[in-house]
Amino acid sequence: MPRKIALTVLVVLGAVVMFFPFLWTVVTSLSSQTGLSATPSLIPADPSLEAYRELFGNTPFARVVLNSVGLAVATTVLQLVTSATAAYVFSRMPFRGRGVVFAVYLATMMIPIQVLIVPLFVQMRALGLVDTYLGVLLPGVASAFGVFLLRQAMNSVPRELDEAATLDGAGHLRIFSRIVLPLVGPALATLTVFSFMSSWNSFLWPLVILRTDELQTLPLALAGLQGQYTTQWDVMMAGSVVSILPMLAIYLTAQKYVIQGVAGTGIK
Amino acid sequence: MATPTLTRLRPQAPSPAAGAPRPRARRVRYALTVVAFLLPSAVPLALFTVYPMIGALWTSLHEWNLLSDMRWVGLGNYAELLQDPETHRAFGNTLYYIAGYLPIVYVGGLFLALALNAAIPGRNLLRGVYFLPVVTSWIVVAIVWRWLLNPSNGVVNHVLGLLGLDGPGWWTDPTWAMPSIILASAWKDLGFVMIILLAGLQLIPEELYEAATLDGAGWWRRHVSVTLPLLSPTTFFVLVISLINGFQVFDQVYAMTGGGPAGASTVVVQQIYDLTFRYGSAGMASALSWLLFALVMLVTLVQIRGQRRWVHYA
Repeated sequence: MPRKIALTVLVVLGAVVMFFPFLWTVVTSLSSQTGLSATPSLIPADPSLEAYRELFGNTPFARVVLNSVGLAVATTVLQLVTSATAAYVFSRMPFRGRGVVFAVYLATMMIPIQVLIVPLFVQMRALGLVDTYLGVLLPGVASAFGVFLLRQAMNSVPRELDEAATLDGAGHLRIFSRIVLPLVGPALATLTVFSFMSSWNSFLWPLVILRTDELQTLPLALAGLQGQYTTQWDVMMAGSVVSILPMLAIYLTAQKYVIQGVAGTGIK
Repeated sequence: MATPTLTRLRPQAPSPAAGAPRPRARRVRYALTVVAFLLPSAVPLALFTVYPMIGALWTSLHEWNLLSDMRWVGLGNYAELLQDPETHRAFGNTLYYIAGYLPIVYVGGLFLALALNAAIPGRNLLRGVYFLPVVTSWIVVAIVWRWLLNPSNGVVNHVLGLLGLDGPGWWTDPTWAMPSIILASAWKDLGFVMIILLAGLQLIPEELYEAATLDGAGWWRRHVSVTLPLLSPTTFFVLVISLINGFQVFDQVYAMTGGGPAGASTVVVQQIYDLTFRYGSAGMASALSWLLFALVMLVTLVQIRGQRRWVHYA
C-alpha cells in the first residue's frame, strides 16, 4: 500500500511538471509586454489580449489557420477513403501477387520524407505546383500506415458476416460499405486523429514547397513569427495556443479510440 | 427478409465454393473492383514516394544546384561526404541526440506505463495529460521550450535561481544546445512511448502475475520475471520506431537552434536541408539522404536479426 501511494504521488507530480509548459504558454500569451519583463508569475501581472490582437490584426494569421484547417481536413478525408478501399482489398479480395503488393506498401512506410524532398520538389516544379495548396496536399493523399492500420482492424471483423451477405447476393461494394466499414469505426477514428495530426503538424514539406505568406500553414507561420517577433514571447505563445487548441479538441473527442487503436495494430 | 431468401434460391446465382470456374463477366468485375479499390492509394504512393525515391538515387550520382544541367559524378558525392568533417559532425550530433533521448523516453515511458496500468485514482486523466504533448506540433514544442529555457527571463532559470543555482545558457550555448533539444523532445514523446507500452501491458495475462505472487515473488521480482520478458515484443517495437525517428530528427532542431550555435546541434537532416536550400548542392543532399536511409535500414535490420536473443513471443 505505501508503495502505491508513493507511486501515485510521483505520477501526479510528474503530470504537473508535464502540464506546466502548457499552462505557462497560456499565461504568457495573456501577459502584456511590461508584465513579461517583471519576475515570472503564474498570474499575469497586467493581463491583456494584446498578443492575440497583434497576431490576428498585423499578421495573416487568420488566413493561416484557415489554410491549415482546409489542408488537414482534405488530407484526412482523402487518406480515410484511399486507405479504407485498399485495406479492404488486402483483407478481403485475394489475387495473385497480393502479398508482394502489400509488402511494397509497407516498405514505403520506411522511406523518410527527407530522402524525398529534393526529387519531390523538382517533380512539383515540373508540374507547376510549387507554392500551391495542391503541391502541399498531393504527397499526403495516400498513407501506407493508414492502409496497414485499417487492414489489421478489418482482419478482426468475422468473415462469417460477409459470407452471409454474399449468400444474400451482396457484392463487394456492398459488403465493404454496409458491413466491414461500420464495424471498424474505432480504427477509422484513430486514423482520423493521426491523419489530421500529421497534416496539421507537418513542417518540412510545406517549408520546402510554399513561398507566399498567405498560403502558409500554422507551423510555418509560427516558425516565421520567431524571426519577426524575436523577443515578443506573448505573441509567439498566443500563436502556439491557437495552434494547439483545434488538435486538442480532436484528440479529446477521440481519446479512447486512439489508445484502443494503437493496441489494435497488434504490436508484436 | 423475403427478398434475400429469394435471391439465395435463384438458380443462376453462381456459388464460388463449387470449385467450377467463375464466369468471365464475374472475374472481370472482380478484377475491376480490385483495381478501382487499389488505384486511389497505389497511384499517389508510386508517384510521390517510390518514384522520387529512385529519383533521389539518380540525383545523388550527379553534381547539381537544382537549376543548371546535371553533371554525372558517379559515386563522387558519396566519397566527398564520407571525408567531410561536417558530415561526421552531423552524424555525431544525431547519435548524441539519440543517446540522450532514447533512455529518457524508454525508462520514463516504462515507469509511467506500469504506474498507470495499476488501478490508481484519476488514471485516465493522468494518461491524457502525459499524452497531450504528443499531439502538439514540433514547432510549438520548440518555441515553447525556447521560452521556458530562455537564458535571461525564462522560467526554468528563474526557478534554478530561486534554488541558488546559476542556470546555463541552454540553446544559446554550444554545450547546452543539444541537451535543450533532448529535453524538449523527451517531453513531447514520453506519452507516445507510454501509450505503446500500456497497449503491450494489456496483452500480458493476469494469471501469470497471480502465479508469480503464489510462488512468493514480490513487486520487483514480478516485473523482472514476468513484465519485462513478456513486454519484450513491445519494447522491440518502441526501439525500432524510436531509432528510426531519432535518426530523422529535424523539425525541433530547425525551430529551436537552426543547428547552431556554430553547428553544435546540426543533425543529419538539418545538414541535408542546408545542402539543398542554402548551399544549392542537391546532388550532395541526395547522397547524404541515401546514406542516412541506408544507415537506418542497416540499424533496423540488425535489430530484427538481434531480436531472437532477447525478444520473447508468447
